[in-house]
Amino acid sequence: MNFFAILHHLADVDPDVLGRFDSRRAVFRSLGTATRRAALAATPLFVGALFQKAYAGTASTAADVLNYALTLELLEADFYAKFLAAGTLTGAASQAGTPLGAITKIKQHEDAHVHLLQTTLAALGAKAVSGVTFKASALPAAYAGQLQVAQLLEDTGVRAYKGRAAELLTTDLLTTALRIHSMEARHAAHIRTMRGQLPWINSTDDLANDPAYGSGVTAATSTVTPFGYGIPAYTAPSAPESNTRQAGLGTAVAIEITTLATPPYAPLDAAAAFDEALQPAEVLDAARAGKLVQA
Amino acid sequence: MTDMISAGARPVPAWPRRTFLRVSGAGAAALVLATGCSTPTPTPAADPHIIILQAGGQAGDVGVENYLYLLAQLQAAFYQAVLTTPPTDFTPADLGYFTDLRDHEVVHREFYKYALGTAALPTLPFTFASLTLTTRAGVLAGAQTFEELSTAAYAAILPAVSDATLQGLMLKIASVEARHAALLRDLLAPGSFAPNDAVDGNGQAVALAPAAVATALAPYLAPYTLSVANLPLT
Repeated sequence: MNFFAILHHLADVDPDVLGRFDSRRAVFRSLGTATRRAALAATPLFVGALFQKAYAGTASTAADVLNYALTLELLEADFYAKFLAAGTLTGAASQAGTPLGAITKIKQHEDAHVHLLQTTLAALGAKAVSGVTFKASALPAAYAGQLQVAQLLEDTGVRAYKGRAAELLTTDLLTTALRIHSMEARHAAHIRTMRGQLPWINSTDDLANDPAYGSGVTAATSTVTPFGYGIPAYTAPSAPESNTRQAGLGTAVAIEITTLATPPYAPLDAAAAFDEALQPAEVLDAARAGKLVQA
Repeated sequence: MTDMISAGARPVPAWPRRTFLRVSGAGAAALVLATGCSTPTPTPAADPHIIILQAGGQAGDVGVENYLYLLAQLQAAFYQAVLTTPPTDFTPADLGYFTDLRDHEVVHREFYKYALGTAALPTLPFTFASLTLTTRAGVLAGAQTFEELSTAAYAAILPAVSDATLQGLMLKIASVEARHAALLRDLLAPGSFAPNDAVDGNGQAVALAPAAVATALAPYLAPYTLSVANLPLT
């Protein structure tokens, strides 16, 4: 078995093959391609386990991840379009201190995110997902209900970005996604403030029991989506937002955050200080974003 | 929350020279000392006020961790200072928010300290003399500055972290920092959660490279200065 030849042929169909095998992306990116292959061939790994680890549960490319992000941005953009059209927002479009102004500004950002992701996908030579709209019947009739959906959608979007950051193996694409994610977190914080809630996710929220802040799925999952791209296979429930344990560096054992001080930190603070991720199957589940997408 | 107050009020130890040698790369510093001991004209020792974020270990990840640990230290110290002597025009709601903000930054700080272990920077002394902490407006402006700095710092440096687990953890913290920044903007000027100097034309959060962050931190670290030369730059 010629390990070199296997890698060479794999690279023809999967340009990310070299990146998948090692978490030290920065190191490998800095080496020339031939050197990287030589370094990989020298690593004392069983080839079977090597490929299984690299490809297990990952049926996606960078374009898939960006299209997933674009799906959520399209959903948000259309939701805000419907929210604005409902005529329930008071204030002035130019004054972000008013509800109408805030939602107008947020929608501007979502439109910009859609455009940015479409442009990035085009630069990759990939087809961008389109036609994703917010289910009209899922829009509540009154302002309070509409703003609730806005909060849940934004907080879910923030979790969704975190759930796939690790799959973007090039610095530029990851930077793009993380800078969008940062803005979505600001949106979420502001809408929560508009609703009289704390800007960070916490157990005293009036919507704390919504599935957006939990985890898990309500139906059997698939790696196929209705949007034309695949998603990684669902494994086990992600950490819910009430989680107070975080993985220790260099070890699989998680550290209970409250125990970092004596007397211990309050679980409320330990949980609020970290925003959790959601896997794609959880985001698209009918209990979360799945029920908001027009079929 | 007396546990939080006691954690924040821990006295700050002076910068020990031994620790400086460890974090800066013992080899170079030892060379300086050895030269100083063996020649008749002693070589001046390296400036003990320069904090050098090391490159060693995990291709620069430890340097990034210490960088973000330093930002958490700064913010925790700032919020504690405000809570110790709040401005007279602070409302009860302001005090509530600032207690939470302090508590989050303390958790972040202690998490990084735990994760870094023996590679952690010591507790640094910060100075907020250049800020106006006697008025609500002054405090909010200062808090805003630090949270925006932290948020922009995370946006720039996160993609350069090589360990996926560590990057995921930092991303969870970055998300909360962005929420903090939005709140502080809104407290000072309602609706300013996404101002033009924090968001670009693509609706993306602004990112600030380590060199720019180090410059912005200078007034609060004095007499210490931060060297980010060894950090992986995006």
